[in-house]
Amino acid sequence: MIEFSFAIILENLLLATRWTILLSLIAFVSGGLVGLLVLFGRVSKHEVLRLLTAGYIEFFQGTPLLMQLFLLFFGIALFGVEVSPWVAAWLALTFWTSAFLSEIWRGCVESVPRGQWEASGTLAMTYLEQMRYVILPQAMRIAVAPTVGFSVQVIKGTALASIIGFVELTKAGTMLNNATFRPFLVYSLVALIYFCLCFPLSWCSKRLEARLNVAR
Amino acid sequence: MTYQMSFGDLLPYWDVLARGLLYTIILTVVSTVTGLAVGTAGAWARSFGPKWAGYAVGAYVELIRNTPFIVQLFFVFFGLPAIGVKMTESEAAFLAMVINLGAYSTEIIRAGIQAVPKGHLEAAASLAMSRLETFRYVVLKQAFMKVYPALSSQIVIVMLGSAVVSQISAEDLTYAANFVQSRNFRAFEVYLVAALLYLLLAIAMRALLRGIGRALFPKA
Amino acid sequence: MSLVDIQDVRKSFGPLEVLKGVSIEIGRGDVAAIIGRSGSGKSTLLRCINGLEEFQSGAISVDGMMVGKTDLRTLRRHVGMVFQQFNLFPHLTAGENVMLAPTVVAKLQKGEARDRAAALLEKVGLAGKFDAYPSQLSGGQQQRVAIARALAMEPTVLLCDEITSALDPELVNEVLRVVEQLASEGMTLILVTHEMRFARDVGTKLIFMHQGRVHEEGAPKTLFAHPQTPELAQFVTGAH
Repeated sequence: MIEFSFAIILENLLLATRWTILLSLIAFVSGGLVGLLVLFGRVSKHEVLRLLTAGYIEFFQGTPLLMQLFLLFFGIALFGVEVSPWVAAWLALTFWTSAFLSEIWRGCVESVPRGQWEASGTLAMTYLEQMRYVILPQAMRIAVAPTVGFSVQVIKGTALASIIGFVELTKAGTMLNNATFRPFLVYSLVALIYFCLCFPLSWCSKRLEARLNVAR
Repeated sequence: MTYQMSFGDLLPYWDVLARGLLYTIILTVVSTVTGLAVGTAGAWARSFGPKWAGYAVGAYVELIRNTPFIVQLFFVFFGLPAIGVKMTESEAAFLAMVINLGAYSTEIIRAGIQAVPKGHLEAAASLAMSRLETFRYVVLKQAFMKVYPALSSQIVIVMLGSAVVSQISAEDLTYAANFVQSRNFRAFEVYLVAALLYLLLAIAMRALLRGIGRALFPKA
Repeated sequence: MSLVDIQDVRKSFGPLEVLKGVSIEIGRGDVAAIIGRSGSGKSTLLRCINGLEEFQSGAISVDGMMVGKTDLRTLRRHVGMVFQQFNLFPHLTAGENVMLAPTVVAKLQKGEARDRAAALLEKVGLAGKFDAYPSQLSGGQQQRVAIARALAMEPTVLLCDEITSALDPELVNEVLRVVEQLASEGMTLILVTHEMRFARDVGTKLIFMHQGRVHEEGAPKTLFAHPQTPELAQFVTGAH
């Protein structure tokens, strides 16, 4: 039997944290990109597009992330494609993130006064030009704080990838616990590492929001 | 693609899923009520309590908000017994949910308390009301009124997050779905049905919470 | 002996001294109108009387109770206050606003408190508004509810802090009429006000504050007709 010292436990957890960070980053970026597409659909002039994206958002905000993970993991396999936990986690987190970010951003877009749409419309701008040059630049300023805040949810969301067997921080914790039988220590450390990842982002988000409120 | 969907294979297991759904509903209701009580106490401590209590609650809130629920659950279920606090799967699930919602609702209710105009506190003081009476009769309901929508969506989020309690074998809807798919090997169908049940539950909860809100806060 | 006795009260906010030794005596049944420019310290003085503000030196006594020594709750049961911004509790109906302190603080039975609230609302001319929420009432109606709420504790003295300043001009009179009625019933009133005509016609005592001091005081009609200092003269003419 191998002796697991505190240092070895911590080292293994930190090594696994790389995967938590990597998955979070990738899911956040791809979720943001998909979210932008969903946002355009959600605020577009086409009713069908609006309804479709509304349904998409409702589904991914109204079901547990864990279910989405299972559905992708087992669902893709039905097509005869071998899907790795890594890909399933990435896809599920992307969809889930996009649903939340698009709603957050829609709130920001809608907080831009109507007059801005009308003014840019009278300048003969197309819908995309209005978005690109007039609405989004204003909405983005308001969107920074809640977007940074949501990144915390993404990091925490990656912990669920452990359930379908992706070895990130939480899974590493479970494995180390099985090997060492020191659950109190292991899960305290796991929680602490998550805290160190998330707290700075939460703090940033709060500061950004406070600054924006002062500026207004 | 050769796979044929078959939801018929789920029918023999409908009672398993129904029991799982019921478990999820009960767990959500019980931990929501308790969690809101914790949140109210926490918000009081943060806003009106002694300094040390405010800091302690602040640390609790940040710790919970910045760690995943599944880790909190594992800590409660696996970690606490190691230091002598033993509990069943259901108790651990309940406790973890209360701790989680308690932290979020503390922060939400506190925001509501801060939004109560200072003049209302002065008016209550001028009517010879004590700090506790002021909190109980003047501040609390106003604060809840102001943050009720945020509180409602947090409750739905906690319900959806409860799917994770299946991982410590608490017998909720997700646990039931896991069980069924292990028997009939219809994983996709089972999880799709379970997901839709969660979706219906979320929609029903939102409607119910709206109704409760209208009853509690008429003409707000 | 005077009912409210203010002796050499000094009060600072940080380095800024807002009350520089104020002494006033107000007798039972007096209607004392405190006037002066904004920043003259008149609202601060009023808030010192029921302990909303602490003062650094001097003494205030109300009906024999020393402010700062007497338990605040005891003091405030005898000193009512009405605010510029009404401060009605928005989650309670007009009637519930009036009933709250009698039931919670004075431990009155619900039914008794309800009767009292109904009677007081009738007195301020809002008999039909018992179940209305503040958001459904006009500013003048809200302020009259606030007066009823303060009266429900049967105070010995009522403090009114610019209670018509937040009202639209056409609503001012309905509130002033209620105050005038209270005065005629012998209620002791201390009002910080900008309503000069009201101060002159209803007031029994006028106090002109200037730069944290009582600059002039006396009978309202005399002071308005013959101001002794250029500051009051200028204030009176400027106010019209």
